Amino acid sequence: MAYAGIDYYKIDDLLTDEERLVRDSVREWVNDRVIPGIEGWYRDAVFPMDRVPEMAELGLFGPTFPEEYGGAGIGDVAYGLAMQELERGDSGFRSFCSVQSALVMYPIFTWGTDEQKRNLLPKLATGELLGAFGLTEPDYGSDPGSMITTAKKVDGGYLLNGAKMWITNSTIADILVVWAKLDGVVNGFLVEKGAKGLDCPETSGKWSLRASVTGEIILQDVFVPEEMRMPDAVGLKCPLMCLNQARYGIVWGVLGAAQHCYESTLRYTTEREQWGGPINRHQMVQERLVIMLSEITKGQLMAYRLGRMKEQGKASFRHVSLAKRNNCEQALNIARTARDLHGANGIADEYPIMRHMMNLESVYTYEGTHNMHTLIVGADITGIEAYK
Amino acid sequence: MNIAVLVKMVPDTAATIRLNADKSWIETRDLNWVLSPYDEYAMEEALKLTEAEGGEVTAITYGGDQSKEALRKALAMGAHKAVHAKKEGFTDLLGTANALAKAIQAGSYDMVFAGFKATDDDCAAIGPMVATLLDWPCVTEVHKLEVGGGKLTAEREIEGGHEVFEASLPAVVTAQKGLNEPRYPSLKGIMMAKKKPIEETEVEDVEPRTETVGFEYPPERPEGRIVGEGAEAVPELVRLLREEARVIE
Ligand SMILES: Cc1cc2nc3c(=O)[nH]c(=O)nc-3n(C[C@H](O)[C@H](O)[C@H](O)COP(=O)(O)OP(=O)(O)OC[C@H]3O[C@@H](n4cnc5c(N)ncnc54)[C@H](O)[C@@H]3O)c2cc1C
Repeated sequence: MAYAGIDYYKIDDLLTDEERLVRDSVREWVNDRVIPGIEGWYRDAVFPMDRVPEMAELGLFGPTFPEEYGGAGIGDVAYGLAMQELERGDSGFRSFCSVQSALVMYPIFTWGTDEQKRNLLPKLATGELLGAFGLTEPDYGSDPGSMITTAKKVDGGYLLNGAKMWITNSTIADILVVWAKLDGVVNGFLVEKGAKGLDCPETSGKWSLRASVTGEIILQDVFVPEEMRMPDAVGLKCPLMCLNQARYGIVWGVLGAAQHCYESTLRYTTEREQWGGPINRHQMVQERLVIMLSEITKGQLMAYRLGRMKEQGKASFRHVSLAKRNNCEQALNIARTARDLHGANGIADEYPIMRHMMNLESVYTYEGTHNMHTLIVGADITGIEAYK
Repeated sequence: MNIAVLVKMVPDTAATIRLNADKSWIETRDLNWVLSPYDEYAMEEALKLTEAEGGEVTAITYGGDQSKEALRKALAMGAHKAVHAKKEGFTDLLGTANALAKAIQAGSYDMVFAGFKATDDDCAAIGPMVATLLDWPCVTEVHKLEVGGGKLTAEREIEGGHEVFEASLPAVVTAQKGLNEPRYPSLKGIMMAKKKPIEETEVEDVEPRTETVGFEYPPERPEGRIVGEGAEAVPELVRLLREEARVIE
């Protein structure tokens, strides 16, 4: 293993043996199976489906759930470390696992019937079934409570109508977790691939997360049988709780991308010579390297503490918002600084920089935009909900 | 089929090794430690054999507390149990081989696997030494192996060809790259490893027969030499590579 991680404050000492093993195993897999191919997949705008069984074999789908549902029962810090390593490879891989684990398996585990759990979770864990999560609509992103997708009660089930947009993996999913209003209240439905009236066209032309499939979910009188509604998934708080799980993974994930950018920049500025010596001997370059390292270290401490709080049931969505907001912003800044310090090479795909930078533009926006997380924490500390 | 696998932690193969102040040992402070890469091939082969034929894999290491990490990694890969032969004080290769042989004798195994060498000291001696102490046959640097009917057929690479050995079990096999594709410890495997036993044994040290006098850095590489330019320089370059550097024939 050539890469030892960026760990200026010996955060490794705070981890358990299992947590370190989880991180190292995912790190090795990413080194061998993601990094060598990623620039090609990114250029071709494909997600390599042959990596799905490998990720399942590693246990990356729903690893925090109990064994009876195909999980490994790992803690939140171990999960975060796995997300960090995946996103060091590429945000597309982390997104894939986030969607499968936090946005699809989590709601089924939390609000599904015993039968839904028994039937679906083990297959989602092995990757036999792939999932997607449809909340965002063409006209409603940050304000999902105003969604217009509806469900109407009919004999034996429901008829769903509406459209979802910007849905990760919608085109390849077997099970779509679709949020729709039933009598004005948001409810969670499990829509199966191939259902009549369902269409999931791919969204092309992305300059970000190119190694990740994004699409729409178009629902025209799609019949969902009664047993495919998650009976306890009622109210807007449910999709928001899912997002909270996924955001937690992002808090760690973006640190992986940031570390990759920093590592590359440190090496590049040591090797690149101008004016008769390496560029890292200039004070302005050193200062920026130090700022990068400083922000990574702060972000790591935040993620670590948040993870421990989550394990103890003390982390509220506000805590997650603060860290998602901070770490995405800093990771994006780090990627942009890295882009600059690599000079012209910073735009070439011989280096991972521009790819991470473009990915982070999505990560900054999805799972709640930067502004929204600012206003969530703002509302918490002032009592004023400024976003409304 | 019960198999013992000898495992060991080594500094990350990509790490830059420095010596400590009095050059009596390497500086370990900022080193990242990993399971010796050839031990991963040994572990994988043992796991594959027991998965096909039943039986258990026991990982064995010899060393101080830190070496336990190798056992945890082996258990996470899928070893069923582990033995930690605890080391006190200084030993040499014979001491290490002796301790490992004792730990093997304390169990009941049909085969022993080891990496053909550890990537830190590169000695490639422990496997054959253990086999000698056990009075078992040994095939080293194996890149292809078949086991069945109480014997093994092992292939190893030699200059310009392959060498094929047969040996009866029990036997010691040391693993070379190419033997298999080692698995990544799965998250489930890692969590299950927590519940698996690590047995500790104390082995009486044997008197070391060699003494480490000190460590030195390799000599600085002499500066490169430009032989000439363009096509005219090629014959002279080839001559130097053949006669002086002796890297081509
Ligand atoms: C690659 C990718 C994958 C995605 N995957 C999924 C998925 O799998 N499932 C899913 O449901 N969604 C997904 N999304 C959608 C994502 O969650 C939304 O894009 C996000 O919630 C923002 O919504 P919007 O794009 O409509 O932006 P808007 O809500 O229109 O926001 C536009 C701008 O306005 C700002 N803004 C909005 N409201 C306020 C306010 N009150 N105060 C201050 N500023 C405000 C925002 O911060 C932002 O800067 C994905 C998006 C991308 C890019």
